[in-house]
Amino acid sequence: MSERKLPMAHVHGGHGNGSRGPGAPPIQVEASSLRLVATLAVAGAVAGMAIVTAFRLTKPSIDEHNAADLAAAVTEVLGGAKTYKTAYLEGGTFTLEPRDTAGLDRIYVGYDANGQPDGVAMEAAEPGFQDVIDLIFGFDPSKGDVIGMKVLHNLETPGLGARIGTDSSFLDQFDDASTPLLGVKEGQGKGKKNEVVMITGSTISSRAVIKIINDRLGAIRKPVETYWSTIAGTSSMTSAGGGL
Amino acid sequence: VRKTTAQEDFLRGIWKENPVLVQLLGMCPTLAVTGTVDNAMVMGIATFFVLVGSSVLVATFKSVIPKEVRISGYILIIATFVQIADFATHALVPDIWKQLGPFVPLIVVNCIILGRQEAFASKNTVGRATLDAVGTGFGFIITMLIMGSAREIIGDGTWLGHPLFGHHYQPWVIMALPPGGFFTLGFVLLAIGWRKGRKAEAVRPRHWPHGVTSEVGGPV
Repeated sequence: MSERKLPMAHVHGGHGNGSRGPGAPPIQVEASSLRLVATLAVAGAVAGMAIVTAFRLTKPSIDEHNAADLAAAVTEVLGGAKTYKTAYLEGGTFTLEPRDTAGLDRIYVGYDANGQPDGVAMEAAEPGFQDVIDLIFGFDPSKGDVIGMKVLHNLETPGLGARIGTDSSFLDQFDDASTPLLGVKEGQGKGKKNEVVMITGSTISSRAVIKIINDRLGAIRKPVETYWSTIAGTSSMTSAGGGL
Repeated sequence: VRKTTAQEDFLRGIWKENPVLVQLLGMCPTLAVTGTVDNAMVMGIATFFVLVGSSVLVATFKSVIPKEVRISGYILIIATFVQIADFATHALVPDIWKQLGPFVPLIVVNCIILGRQEAFASKNTVGRATLDAVGTGFGFIITMLIMGSAREIIGDGTWLGHPLFGHHYQPWVIMALPPGGFFTLGFVLLAIGWRKGRKAEAVRPRHWPHGVTSEVGGPV
């Protein structure tokens, strides 16, 4: 049956566009699957090359920004460090030269003009009100004090929560604050050294900042102090390149 | 269908068919990143770049992209330009790039761009597609500028970071917050609707008898 019908269908179709009923869709040439795949494959390859080219062109500039941001942040939170070295947490202890830096936790050890270590800076991040707050803070392991704090990235509410990164009366409280930090509401502080008065209207973001620093110190304090005891006083050896 | 002139291709997107104010497309960046003028401008320029680049490529290669995979093809082209825009923004204006967060990558799903490819660039010459994209892109930038200016001035008392009112001004913070985006857009659309209504009111008696409200060509 179907064999007999086919030629008929062919004859009807053979009249071309004009013979088709008014409701019939216009004839469209179906592209072969091979052509579809080939088109997207070629387009994908070209797109990939374009992206790689753009990446390579912009990478030096992006790396430069990131390094400058980090250096500025480290010197800012350490209050006057001239140089810094990155130490990596490998197998529970910090080292300047791990086998592979990928995935390792790190701290930045700041040195003053005389080559003496004057504190460590570390990054920390936890959720805030809207998104993860990423900050860096300086820590003096010999005193157990926070030296300074700078918010690296936040998407908190502009004008409210975002003040954790810009409000100097809030930020200044992290200079030489003892740990663990304690957030207090305005007017309720007792003047203790570990108290941080939270920003009115931004309590969630302020509290998040305090928690981030406390949590980070709680998790990493021991190895930091151990490492600090090995470099403090032996800094001339460190700067001379002695492997620690 | 009457062919449009080059001038019409260009001007259409700026005002008469403004992508945001008339077509109500691209709402996501319009509401999300117009809290300050510089964020709004960088987003506008990035979108402009992606729109014009994609339109030129889609119009150029429209005959070699099979219709079955055209949307995938457009998205591929758009996504490539978006990634390039993301790298460029990061390299050139890192501080603004940080604030824009995920909204630069999200240009990929901006309906304005895919809409222009499907509705115009894939059916017209490269020249006309470019004019259309440039006009639509400017229309988007202008809208972002209006939104960003209104929100930054009221919500922060500044324009491009320059204080406008001195210390006594108490910023109306809600305008910098998400609801401020909706308020501002609402008022801008209201103003445009009101102006259009007045224009129609002024024109109608000269052409139609009173009481006839149908659009030109519509069945009365």
